[in-house]
Amino acid sequence: MKLPVRLAVLFTAMAAATACAPQTSGNSSSGKDEKTGTLRVWLFQEVNNKPKEQVVDAVLADFRKAHADTRVTVEYIPVETRAQRIKAAFNDPASAPDVIEYGNTDTAGYVKDGGLEDVTEEFGAWDEAKDADPTARQSVTVDGKVYGAPYFVGVRALYYRTDVFEELDLEVPRSMDELASTAKKVRAARPDLYGIAVGGAYTYGAMPFIWANGGALATGKSGSYASAIDSAAAQKGIKAYTSLFGDDNCPAAKCAGMGGNDTVTAFASGKAAMAIGGDFSHQAVEAGKAKGKYAVVPLPGVKPGSIAPAFAGGNNIGVLKSTSHRTLAVDLMKRLASKETQGELFDAMGFLPTFTDVRRQAAAKEPFVKPFVDTLAAGTEFVPASPAWAQIDSSLVLPTMFQEVVSGKKDVGAAAGDAARKMNEAFGSAG
Amino acid sequence: MPGTAPRPGGRSGAPWLYLAPALVVLGGLLVYPIYQLGLISFLEYTQAQVSGGEPTTFQGFGNYAELFGDGEFWRVLLATVVFAAACVVSTLAVGCALAVLLTRVRAVPRLALMLAALGAWATPAVTGSTVWLLLFDPDFGPVNRMLGLGDHSWTYGRYSAFLLVLLEVVWCSFPFVMVTVYAGIRAVPAEVLEAAALDGASQWRIWRSVLAPMLRPILVVVTIQSVIWDFKVFTQIYVMTNGGGIAGQNLVLNVYAYQKAFASSQYSLGSAIGVVMLLILLAVTLVYLRLLRRQGEEL
Repeated sequence: MKLPVRLAVLFTAMAAATACAPQTSGNSSSGKDEKTGTLRVWLFQEVNNKPKEQVVDAVLADFRKAHADTRVTVEYIPVETRAQRIKAAFNDPASAPDVIEYGNTDTAGYVKDGGLEDVTEEFGAWDEAKDADPTARQSVTVDGKVYGAPYFVGVRALYYRTDVFEELDLEVPRSMDELASTAKKVRAARPDLYGIAVGGAYTYGAMPFIWANGGALATGKSGSYASAIDSAAAQKGIKAYTSLFGDDNCPAAKCAGMGGNDTVTAFASGKAAMAIGGDFSHQAVEAGKAKGKYAVVPLPGVKPGSIAPAFAGGNNIGVLKSTSHRTLAVDLMKRLASKETQGELFDAMGFLPTFTDVRRQAAAKEPFVKPFVDTLAAGTEFVPASPAWAQIDSSLVLPTMFQEVVSGKKDVGAAAGDAARKMNEAFGSAG
Repeated sequence: MPGTAPRPGGRSGAPWLYLAPALVVLGGLLVYPIYQLGLISFLEYTQAQVSGGEPTTFQGFGNYAELFGDGEFWRVLLATVVFAAACVVSTLAVGCALAVLLTRVRAVPRLALMLAALGAWATPAVTGSTVWLLLFDPDFGPVNRMLGLGDHSWTYGRYSAFLLVLLEVVWCSFPFVMVTVYAGIRAVPAEVLEAAALDGASQWRIWRSVLAPMLRPILVVVTIQSVIWDFKVFTQIYVMTNGGGIAGQNLVLNVYAYQKAFASSQYSLGSAIGVVMLLILLAVTLVYLRLLRRQGEEL
């Protein structure tokens, strides 16, 4: 054989050996349901994780007592890189955990990725599940099937500086219009402060404005969502939120790029008189300059005295499809998300329980959470239960829309129209 | 084998044999990834396909059609081309000017300039970007304080954000141009420059009519390098404009591809952008080399 020929053969062989499709993992159920062995659990690493670990360790001790010959290893994964870790777990079932904690906006996406196990039957048969609040239940449900158990719920309300309000003789705003006018009064009197810290990239702080005005992210149901972000009501909400950007409250040059954490940081460090923060922001605010000089009320709605619908964030516990210990994993999931555990988790970490009765007890114990519980009781909203949501969220469709309006690149109608088109494309391709 | 004369004419496979190890390595490291990139760009390949939730399907030119039908892609492409061109021109201008300066100053300042440039060169892009951002920070940055700009935000406006990134890109890539061109100038025979000076040529004239033509091969290399680097700029934009700026106003192709491929897990769309970038860069390089050939220059 001549060399070029040989080379050609070599390359062809190489191509044949390595060609074909790019990598795809055969991610179906393992088909096994072993009753002994090691279960692996991934939970999120919180800022102050020790109390959470203690709660989880107590659950695991009980679990091991109930199931002889089992071991459980828990790994606390950093929140910032969870997306990559969980994707990697889906890609490589051999090194994947059996049980994971995951953000509730990711449910539909993970289901589409083929990562989460359907636990509808077990969830239905679980006697505690009937007390789970409807929004929490919705956050584990895709197409009528249940893919996990709600772990805790996170909700946002209005933080305000009591000292500033007193100094300027201001009333706590009772409606969205009052919120805007109060913010502007603060800024006028105290130019060193933002009236209310808002962020162009703070989607979940902005959504209550749209919901309160009667708008919605999308209409329809799973599989046939259509964006409603350009409806007249939604546009009114967008206008209300974006009107808070400007030199009379939160200068666009600084605030357009801010996200949720930035606004909370601004408030905690004493640079804002008001901010929309979550119950989970409590620690951050307590650690800042605003400590001892603030209070929290539900974010007011359009009508005076009403509460704007908030986004019901939070996390769920789910079982991975690739688990080879299905029965054990489901049992562990239920124990991790039980009423008892959620009550303890609230005491330890301040995470709001997803069961209405447990939540009521929590509010009685800890007055700080009252405005958040009131917000939840007034009714919350959730993102469309569609795998497209993960794509819409990560491709920054809504932040782009708010930023376009805030920076004056487009008017509300044009920006909302573009956002609706992008959302519909995502719904169209992902269902 | 004793007694076997080497075959005349070089038509044998011997050169190929010697090249084979390098070709195999190149094939493995270059051709195969590009092949995969191209392949993925023709498939529907998102996270659902990677983790086995849905079957992988062949899309033909579907991803490309989607890409070319998207107005944002063309806007980003235009921004990338203009931004890269501005970066290349500025980098070359600064690099060449400082290279000439290096040949005219004495040892101590030359050493200082060299060290400063090497420092900038050695700084990791992420670090450099973060430091620049801090320098121009609206609240704490020394630049605003020195210029008396109050709390002006440099990253808010589209052009001022691009300008800021351009400054950083030039800062971290001019040393390569400077050092290479400086080495080239040193290699130019002193008599030639002396003759030009004796003929009364100005500095600019010497550069234009003597140095630049003699340095052409070097300038070609640094230009192509710069074009490729600046067209593919990622870190600076990603870090300094927080992933593409307000409402995506500072997106360039590489960051756009990243956002598509990894942020929203549309690997196939990201691959299609990668292929388009590859083709554009290949075309630019080939056209440039051809132009040079026509002018009778050999690289």
